[in-house]
Amino acid sequence: MSKKKVTLIQEFLKGIWKENPILISLLGLCPTLAVTVSAENGLAMGLAATFVVISSSIIVSMLRKIIPSEVRIASFIVIIATFVTIADRFLAAYFPDISSSLGPFIPLIIVNCMILGRQEAFASKNGIGRSFLDAFGVGLGFTLVLVLLGTIRELFGSGTIFGIQVMWDSFHPWAVMILPPGAFLALGLMIGASNWLNELGEKK
Amino acid sequence: MNKSLKMILVLTIITVISGVVLSYWDNFTRPIINEHKTSKLNKLILEILPENNSIEEMKLGEYNLYVGKKDGEIVGIAFKAEGGGYSDIISLIVGMSPDFSKITSLKILSQVETPGLGTKIVDDPSNENPTWFTDQFKNLKIDPEIIYVKNAKPTKENEIQAITGATISSKSVVNLLNTNISKVKKLYIEK
Repeated sequence: MSKKKVTLIQEFLKGIWKENPILISLLGLCPTLAVTVSAENGLAMGLAATFVVISSSIIVSMLRKIIPSEVRIASFIVIIATFVTIADRFLAAYFPDISSSLGPFIPLIIVNCMILGRQEAFASKNGIGRSFLDAFGVGLGFTLVLVLLGTIRELFGSGTIFGIQVMWDSFHPWAVMILPPGAFLALGLMIGASNWLNELGEKK
Repeated sequence: MNKSLKMILVLTIITVISGVVLSYWDNFTRPIINEHKTSKLNKLILEILPENNSIEEMKLGEYNLYVGKKDGEIVGIAFKAEGGGYSDIISLIVGMSPDFSKITSLKILSQVETPGLGTKIVDDPSNENPTWFTDQFKNLKIDPEIIYVKNAKPTKENEIQAITGATISSKSVVNLLNTNISKVKKLYIEK
C-alpha cells in the first residue's frame, strides 16, 4: 500500500469495512466477546475504545519523531493507558450504570491489540491528519460491529434491543446467546457473513 | 544526544505528563464518583429501615452498622456485607430485626453475575415479580441459619428457593448472609 495513492476518504473508510478491526483483522476480540451482552454495552464499549484510539493516535503521531524506536511500545502503552483511565473515570462519574455493567473491561482497553496495532502500524508512521482519520475509521468500524453483535445477542438472549421489548410476549429468551458461547456463535456467523459478502463482491 | 539518555528522558517525560494529567482528572471526578456511591448506599438504607425517625451510624469491628431508631427505641439494624459470588464480589445490605432473629429486608448493592442468570438475584424479568429472589428474605428466620432449596417451594421459615440456573449465585448470597449475620450478631451482643 503506497501512501500517496490512498486518498484521505479511503484512509477513513478502510477501517469500517476493508480492514475492519474485528471482522477482518480479528483484533480486540476479548472485549468484543465479553461485553456485547446488550446493544447498550456494545455502544458504550465501542465509543470508549474510539475515544482512546483517536486520542492516542493523535498524540503518538505528534510525538513520532521524538520517541526512540527502542521504547516506542512502552511509550504507546503509557499514552493509551492515560486515555483509558480518563475514559474509565469519566464513565464512572457520569454514567455509573454503564460503568458498573462493563466492569473491568473498560480498564482492559489498555491491552486491546486493535489500539496498540493502530499506533504501531499507522500513527507512528503518518501525519496527524491521516492518523486521526485512520483511528476514527477503525474506531467506528469497531463500534459498529460491537453494536450489531450486542443487538443480535440482546434480541435473542433477552428479547429486547437497547432495553426495549421487541419480541412477542410468549418468546422464550435463548439464555445461551447472552452467555459466552452465544458470543462465539454470533461473532462466527457475522465473520462468515462478511467473508461471504466480500467474495460476492470480488466475483463481480 | 546519547541514545540511552534520550530513551530515559523521553519515557520519563511522557510518564510524568501522564501522571499530572491523571491526577488532575482524578481530583475532578473522584468527588462525583464518591457521591454516586454514598447516595446509592443511603437510598438503600432508607428503603431497608423505612419506619425510622433517625438512623445512627455505628462502627463495629470491620462493619458499619446503621441503627434505625424510633422514639429512642431500636427498630432495626442494617449493615453492608461483601463476599465472592459466581464471577466477582457480591455486595449487599441486609436489614435485621433488633434481636437478630430475622431478616427484615435485603438489597443487592452491586454484583457482576452472569447476565440473564445470576443477575436474577437483583432483577428477574421472566417473573411477574422481578425482585422475587430478594423478597423471599423478608421476615426470614435465622434459626440456626438460612437454607436454600432447589426447584421446590420453601416449606420452613428459614428456607428460600434458589434461582434455577444460578444456584451458585443464590448459594453465595445465602452463605454471605449466614457468615456475616452470625459475625455481626456476636460482635453486637458482646458490645
